[in-house]
Amino acid sequence: MDFAVFWIAAGVAGAAAINLIFQSKPINSVLSLVVVLFALAVLYLQLSAEFIAALQIIIYAGAIMVLFLFVVMLLNLNQDQFGSNRKPGLRSFGVLIGGTLIIEISLIARAFVSSSPTDGQVVAAEFGSVAQVGRLLFGEYLLPFELTSILLLIAVAGALVLAGKREEAQPPEERS
Amino acid sequence: MIPLSHYLLVSAVLFGLGTVGVLISRNLITILMSVELMLNAANLALISFARWHADPGAHVFVFIIFVVAAAEAAVGLSLVIAIFRRKNTVDVDELNILKG
Repeated sequence: MDFAVFWIAAGVAGAAAINLIFQSKPINSVLSLVVVLFALAVLYLQLSAEFIAALQIIIYAGAIMVLFLFVVMLLNLNQDQFGSNRKPGLRSFGVLIGGTLIIEISLIARAFVSSSPTDGQVVAAEFGSVAQVGRLLFGEYLLPFELTSILLLIAVAGALVLAGKREEAQPPEERS
Repeated sequence: MIPLSHYLLVSAVLFGLGTVGVLISRNLITILMSVELMLNAANLALISFARWHADPGAHVFVFIIFVVAAAEAAVGLSLVIAIFRRKNTVDVDELNILKG
């Protein structure tokens, strides 16, 4: 049962990721990424990370992907204006590099796991719950947690500066 | 219980697919989404190691990666909008002003 859920979620994630990179329409890529995020949330639940699985759906699939969807629709990129991918040489080069990377990381993971003596540990029922992660966030990891708020503030300011409304294409002295 | 190597394999495949997406895509938005895919692959590896060592500290780390991903998406997409306003395209082959 565990394995069935794992393979279904992993297969869905892989298929949607392949669909993401080979789609020519950006809107289809955005929706494929949402599918990948949901499949990963299933895997997180299997790894008893309930809080992270909920955050994955609420923040990632809910907020960040809506931002992507919004920009795709704002720029009206839905029509197929690119053909599918880059020049054939570059494309096969990319697939070659990516395939090599996948094989390398898999081999490293395999070697690491077979050499590591620890077996899967039994965890308490509250492992990964909101209460436990929340205690860590507001206790031991309070400083990094507060720093993330500064990072978000900087990101908001940066986004406003970059994408805010202004009169472009005019030299500075003509600006009112 | 499912072995750790299975999760790491899924993570490696997703990371590699993200790399392929960054390399072969011409659309700036698809490139950004491939970067998000790579971040998610790293998250999966972190979560599976957290389960394996029964250490929930990695969950905090993943939470912070979520925040970084949100900031990256906000700034990256506003860059895309700024480029689109100026050049009227998001095709990376057209954006060769640095002769790259």
